[in-house]
Amino acid sequence: MTHAPTPATAVRAARPRTGRSRSLTVILGGAIIPLVLLAVWQTVASLGIMPTSQLPSPVMVWDAGVDLAQRGLLLPNIGISVQRVFLGFAFGAAAGLFLGAIVGLSRLGDVLLAPTLGALRTVPSLAWVPLLIIWLKYGEVSKVTLIAIGAFFPVYTTVSAALRHVDRNLVEAARAFGLNGFALFRTVQLPAVLPSVISGLRLALAQAWLFLVAAELLAASMGLGWLLSDSQNNGRTDRIFLAIILLAIIGKLSDALIGIFARWANKRWA
Amino acid sequence: MSPVPASAAARVRFDSVEKSFAGASRSEGERRVLRDVTLDVAPGEVIAILGTSGCGKSTLLRIVGGLDGATGGAVRLDEQSIVGIDERTAIGFQEPRLLPWRTVTQNVALGLPQGTPAAAGRERVARLISLVGLEDFADHRPREISGGMAQRTSLARALARTPGVLLLDEPFGALDALTKLRMQDLLLSIHEAEPATILLVTHDVDEALQLADRVIVLGHEEGISGATIIEELTVPGTRPRDRGSAELAELRGRLLSGLGIDRHGSARGIETEPGIPIFPY
Repeated sequence: MTHAPTPATAVRAARPRTGRSRSLTVILGGAIIPLVLLAVWQTVASLGIMPTSQLPSPVMVWDAGVDLAQRGLLLPNIGISVQRVFLGFAFGAAAGLFLGAIVGLSRLGDVLLAPTLGALRTVPSLAWVPLLIIWLKYGEVSKVTLIAIGAFFPVYTTVSAALRHVDRNLVEAARAFGLNGFALFRTVQLPAVLPSVISGLRLALAQAWLFLVAAELLAASMGLGWLLSDSQNNGRTDRIFLAIILLAIIGKLSDALIGIFARWANKRWA
Repeated sequence: MSPVPASAAARVRFDSVEKSFAGASRSEGERRVLRDVTLDVAPGEVIAILGTSGCGKSTLLRIVGGLDGATGGAVRLDEQSIVGIDERTAIGFQEPRLLPWRTVTQNVALGLPQGTPAAAGRERVARLISLVGLEDFADHRPREISGGMAQRTSLARALARTPGVLLLDEPFGALDALTKLRMQDLLLSIHEAEPATILLVTHDVDEALQLADRVIVLGHEEGISGATIIEELTVPGTRPRDRGSAELAELRGRLLSGLGIDRHGSARGIETEPGIPIFPY
């Protein structure tokens, strides 16, 4: 469909250039503090204020990374951690979406499920570990399950709450035009809660990384969390720094992926 | 031949309609809002429903739309009782209630009856959008258009259903005075192009006189709970009516006093002196 461009579209067409220079500012501005921290770290390390065994220099950490990579130990450790987070996040978020939708949309679901899930939510994450190990042993399943538990609750909570607060007037208007059941959900409720769903997913991803490290610190023979505990036992502070920095970078990257999805969804639905 | 059949304006009959709501607490009994509303609306007629706020005018409309059920009596559409949301009715709410993530076109398309062929639906939506004068804004989102435009979109959405009865619940109540007058004229030309029966709830006496064939006033009789029709009058002349006509001014005063507004201020001892000669001069 074509129509004459209105002032509104003309304004929007002029915006991208300023937008690009702004995003450059954001990237450069965001890099300032990490660079300053790096400089401070290097200075403190080279002045010898703290012993090297407690504070290795940035170069030593880099070398430790290169050393692990050359021996073929770095990528498998990263890979297995990413895989665990991805699987646990996927299962947990899917279950959270499903149960959140049931509790948010149906009165019966709310009455039956909400109290139980609310109680389970208050159980501290690490309380599950002994039970998971007895039931599921030390394999992948127990770790993925723990991460899924962590990812489940943020999604469940935000989805059920958001569905309960969808504008009643909009729902009523859509019903008055003959929409019902799944068509109503797809047309009104789902688009209305999408922004909250995405922020729930974001929280869930952060939780997933948290639970990953908890799982790997306690019972693992591979992964970034295992690298942390193994390095602690061997006194390899450089590797501890390496694992922490890797967790920060990968966590930020995965969060940025959801951020891109969020921006796309907001443009599409909001 | 038009691919979508033109609406057949429906006859609406209210037969001793009563509506009570359950009390808010157990100690509080039922609250009767409407009682004994009996009215026969001819196909294609425009009826304005006046009343003070909270008198149940919206409830009456919602019963016809199937959003609320009557607790007594019945509403019949072409001799069929209304049960639930009816394909032959369409509602325009006081707020536009548009889906913010859909364009004007997509919002209007929401009103199409289920199972409308895609091509016919597109054609009908485009026709309605030009009928309400929004061709240039067809691809805009609701937040990018003004309140009056949003209300026109909502009107087009209701018309997309090809309703036999168009239910309008204070559709222009939230608009500024000038936009409101323009929207009233638009509604008249729409009614000419798509002659449905229209039930228009309003608290604006002038609007009622400008648009309606008949005006009914809902109100309470002393000592009885529940509002019923306390006044019913046929508006003389044909539309469009002159907004300044003296005859309408006389009816206006009558309706206002029916709504409990004293037209002369005589209650406060102000004497009325007709400064302007009364028609006919």
